[in-house]
Amino acid sequence: MKKGLAALPFAVMAAAAISTSAQAASTLVYCSEGSPEGFNPSLYYSGTTFDASSKPIFNRLMEFKLGTTQVEPGLAKSVDVSDDGLEYTFHLRQGVKFQATKDFKPTRDFNADDVLFSFNRQRLDSNPYHKVGGGSYGYFNDMGMGSLIKDIVKVDDYTVKFVLNHPEAPFVANLAMDFASIFSKQQADQYLKAGTPEKLDQEPVGTGPFQKVQYQKDSLIRYVAFKDYWKGRAKIDRLVFSITPDASVRYAKLKAGECDVMPYPNPADLAQMKADPNINLMSQEGLNVGYLAFNVEKKPFGDVKVRQALNYATDKQAIIDSVFQGAGKVAKNPIPPTMWSYNSAITDYPYDPAKAKQLLAEAGYADGFETTIWAMPVQRPYNPNARRMAEIMQEDWAKVGVKANIVTYEWGEYLKRAKSGEPDTILIGWTGDNGDPDNFLYVLTSCDSVGGSNYAQWCNKAYDDLLVKAKRSSDIDERSDYYKQAQVIFHDQAPWIPVANSVVYEPIRKEVKGYKIDPLGGHYFYNVSK
Amino acid sequence: MFQFIFRRLSLVIPTFIGITLLTFTLIHMIPGDPIEVMAGERGVSPERHAELSAQLGLDKPLYEQYFHYVVGIAQGDLGQSLVTREPVMNEFLTLFPATVELAICAAIFAILVGLPAGIFAAVKRGTVLDHSVMTLSLTGYSMPIFWWALLLMLVFSVTLGWTPVSGRIDVVYWIDNTTGFMLIDSWLSGEEGAFKSAVSHLILPSIVLGTIPMAVIARMTRSSMLEVLSEDYIRTARAKGIAPWRVIVIHALRNALIPVITVIGLQVGTLLSGAILTETVFAWPGIGKWLIESISRRDYPVVQGGILIVATIIIVVNLLVDIAYGVVNPRIRHNR
Repeated sequence: MKKGLAALPFAVMAAAAISTSAQAASTLVYCSEGSPEGFNPSLYYSGTTFDASSKPIFNRLMEFKLGTTQVEPGLAKSVDVSDDGLEYTFHLRQGVKFQATKDFKPTRDFNADDVLFSFNRQRLDSNPYHKVGGGSYGYFNDMGMGSLIKDIVKVDDYTVKFVLNHPEAPFVANLAMDFASIFSKQQADQYLKAGTPEKLDQEPVGTGPFQKVQYQKDSLIRYVAFKDYWKGRAKIDRLVFSITPDASVRYAKLKAGECDVMPYPNPADLAQMKADPNINLMSQEGLNVGYLAFNVEKKPFGDVKVRQALNYATDKQAIIDSVFQGAGKVAKNPIPPTMWSYNSAITDYPYDPAKAKQLLAEAGYADGFETTIWAMPVQRPYNPNARRMAEIMQEDWAKVGVKANIVTYEWGEYLKRAKSGEPDTILIGWTGDNGDPDNFLYVLTSCDSVGGSNYAQWCNKAYDDLLVKAKRSSDIDERSDYYKQAQVIFHDQAPWIPVANSVVYEPIRKEVKGYKIDPLGGHYFYNVSK
Repeated sequence: MFQFIFRRLSLVIPTFIGITLLTFTLIHMIPGDPIEVMAGERGVSPERHAELSAQLGLDKPLYEQYFHYVVGIAQGDLGQSLVTREPVMNEFLTLFPATVELAICAAIFAILVGLPAGIFAAVKRGTVLDHSVMTLSLTGYSMPIFWWALLLMLVFSVTLGWTPVSGRIDVVYWIDNTTGFMLIDSWLSGEEGAFKSAVSHLILPSIVLGTIPMAVIARMTRSSMLEVLSEDYIRTARAKGIAPWRVIVIHALRNALIPVITVIGLQVGTLLSGAILTETVFAWPGIGKWLIESISRRDYPVVQGGILIVATIIIVVNLLVDIAYGVVNPRIRHNR
């Protein structure tokens, strides 16, 4: 009896133990990190939602070339830009089919009406869909599209003209972003007529490579390859997102063959993954930057010497080793090195406490001062452990006489207070949206973003002029020059300590072929085979 | 008996009001703004913040928001999630069957293992068996669930490959969500191997979730049995020459079960709300994980609504447990 009792749980387990490796050859399982907020990418901000909606289901007029930040034609075959940079004429691809669902069967191909609908829904109050799903089009507004677009004109069924209020070079790259995904106007009209417009956001059809067939919240999403996809059918037949929030469990599933691709591994697991013969650990430098911003409105950070001194006083390599455990590289500019216009000629402030002390003395702080470092309460690709990073900085700064206290708040509260200019210095970061330097420099360091995401509250006229000129020019070499000059001013003025550009790791099973890491953080499976 | 039930029911209303007030106050006391959390480091302009607050009803004074919430409940409306914009009730109904299925299997595991273990420990009091059972149950009771789950997963799923790592069923099976209970749905689907796959996915999560209740049940059964076994009527029964197993099962166990049932009833709360860690580790799509995520997103309607429903279930279960006493022990029924 004794024996039977002790063995009971194990007996139950063994009796029902079942092999789980019986997956069909053409099913690819992606262990995603969470449930999407919904299936309309224009309503939400999170990468999780984009991976589940815009990437598999939809296309955009312009698209990012896989594995790069280069923009290439998508649903538009080509684009003409007027000399004054105010008119963009898109020539649309013909013969592009929309997917079908149980209650919607498209009777026509993709055309200009779909483009107009997809943008006008976000842009115009008068559009009957504008208020559906909460009517909050975060990205569209954040990218300034509302005030930028003056009008969208249907020239003919396959030609659409966007008229802008002012020239804006990153506009084309913006159209490749998730929020600019193209919906079917025919489906929208059908649901509106049936009195169920909200269904468009739950069961949308697109022109993309995969079609959603089933979604179980917090459990899985199933897609099948769309057989009429205009670029040709995907190589896999079925795509499953197996929603697995914990990184250790995702790794266990990968090892057991229950998933083929997993995002966001724990830095601590990387060494083991590298050694695993069944796993191919892919990596790429991420399009992001983690930094510490000095609030120049607060004493003593208005003084450039103090800012430079603390740049000298911080041992960034020690941070990379300890916080990123190798999954990061020291940053010296506000944009990551993989981005065009990165100024590699700039020499970073070396770790030099003596020089830091000297600068502090020159600024009148020979005895140091007391300040705070704000540390984020959440993990981000650009900063996996802000608390630890703050502690290292605290130690470094103490060596030059600066006593820093670490402050933290709940994430929402942290951001709110940070924007109002409350911190002295703050750890924060950014991940690129569209591969354009404007998306880093203008958003994070322009005079316009003071009080918003310019956490340094830093506004430098000469610098800002360069950013505006670059925004208005459509010549990429000219823009690159402006940005390179701007980075020199940025380096001298030192409103930040740029700390790190993280390296993105994605372990995949050895049998998975053709997978590429997207520098913008998305996950695409069209070219993947198994 | 009816009077007793009625008295119990009349206590339910103030409890409900207390729960709504408490969840509403607590979640609003935690600093943090749902709109800021949604926007992240991207931020949101003050104008848009105001616009969104108005749209979500967050601009109104708190007492007004509370009033609105309570009126909604009275009409059976728990509101909409701030994040997904889905009605809270819909989300709950989608996820709840998974939690119930897991809770039932964990409870079965806990009872099937805990009850016999407690009985044997009591009957063999002072022996090695008794000490081993008690040591094991103390270990089980103090087990850090997260660690325990990962350990079992590592051993049985990754190393031995006996059980799947996580999820509810192998992804090769495309099961329609008819009842929400995977065991039933997979059975109904008629797909070969689907039911077996669903069972295998339940094993580890059930053991992990059932570990603490099992330990509690084993300890409670043991002490309750020991008390009953020392009663005079047991000695009498033995003296009459009744078979030892009959004395234990028929005479002792029935009386010893009363406090055990209470404990099992109390564990229902643990099983429903304590499934958070188990659900997270095993990627189990239940309400525990849903509530935790909603708290970190400051999704007020989901937190308030979800907790209210779970609390209601616990109240109902406790009520049923009270009634079950009467069934098991006629003395209680008559006394009331």
